[in-house]
Amino acid sequence: MPKRIETLVLHDSSTPVIGDVQKGGSVVVTTLDTLLNQARANALWPLTFGLACCAIEMMSTVAARFDLARFGSEAFRATPRQADVMIIAGRLSKKMAPVLRQIYDQMPEPKWVISMGACASSGGVYNNYAIVQGADQVVPVDVYVPGCPPSPDALIYGVMKLQQKIKRQSMATTKQLSLIELKPRTLEEPA
Amino acid sequence: MSFEVFRDVVKPIVAGFGITARRLAEQKVTVQYPDERREQFDRTRWRHVLTRYDSGLERCIGCSLCAGACPARCIYVEAAENTDDERYSPGERYAVRYEINMLRCIFCGYCQEACPTGAIVLRKDFELANYEREDFIYTKEMLLEPIRR
Repeated sequence: MPKRIETLVLHDSSTPVIGDVQKGGSVVVTTLDTLLNQARANALWPLTFGLACCAIEMMSTVAARFDLARFGSEAFRATPRQADVMIIAGRLSKKMAPVLRQIYDQMPEPKWVISMGACASSGGVYNNYAIVQGADQVVPVDVYVPGCPPSPDALIYGVMKLQQKIKRQSMATTKQLSLIELKPRTLEEPA
Repeated sequence: MSFEVFRDVVKPIVAGFGITARRLAEQKVTVQYPDERREQFDRTRWRHVLTRYDSGLERCIGCSLCAGACPARCIYVEAAENTDDERYSPGERYAVRYEINMLRCIFCGYCQEACPTGAIVLRKDFELANYEREDFIYTKEMLLEPIRR
């Protein structure tokens, strides 16, 4: 008699999400990792951090036509303390870079960064002294979304890619991602 | 008392749900993106494709005009001479290396405009997001259209 395979898929919506972790075998209860990852991936609260014109497309993504709420990301937070993912939407100037870093540091772990658009990802056409050539020089970026600006569906694809990444995570990798410095560096080298 | 309860509680609730009920009958505007795609506009410019002639030869002749027209300087072209044994394009030269940095690219379409043979075109595939910087250097093999049978 063939073994019956059951999978438990946890969703907060009826929309099927690409990259759902489905563990094989006769699984009735899921692993803690899967449970955590499903919870994290399907309730990504973005941080309101529009820097330039990409922010207009980001706003459009949340609006009715594209409706980012279908992926659990409709709640844009104005404070980094309540946000899970930072969408860097727009060119990052060198004056803004320390602000971005501070806001990133204020976000609680686990946290992710989507670099939206050509300017945030690489500087784009602004190859000059004022613009940081890629936001990954300041914060670790998880997903890059090219485009100038990326259309709302392209951004949704980026969010879906991030969900896939989160669902592949395990507790060990989350620990590695942690940026908390256990031994703070001192200016003087130990003798 | 009961009249006030009706006026202040029941009536607003019924009126509110009435709006909801009327909205339910209207057509939904949301595009259920991963399952269905919205129709892209005619002049939408997304991912680049290097096209071929019907014979299977590449249109690109390695002239680097696209690289010159690019405002973001994201195209790199290296040309080489065609020989009779190894023929890639009908002209004298072809592109050995053709690379586009998709992160730099602003999809302005100037490369398409500058191209004398119509080799580089911007099609409508917008799903380009990825995890690593290195994944965004699109090489000639990735950009080149497969030979049509």
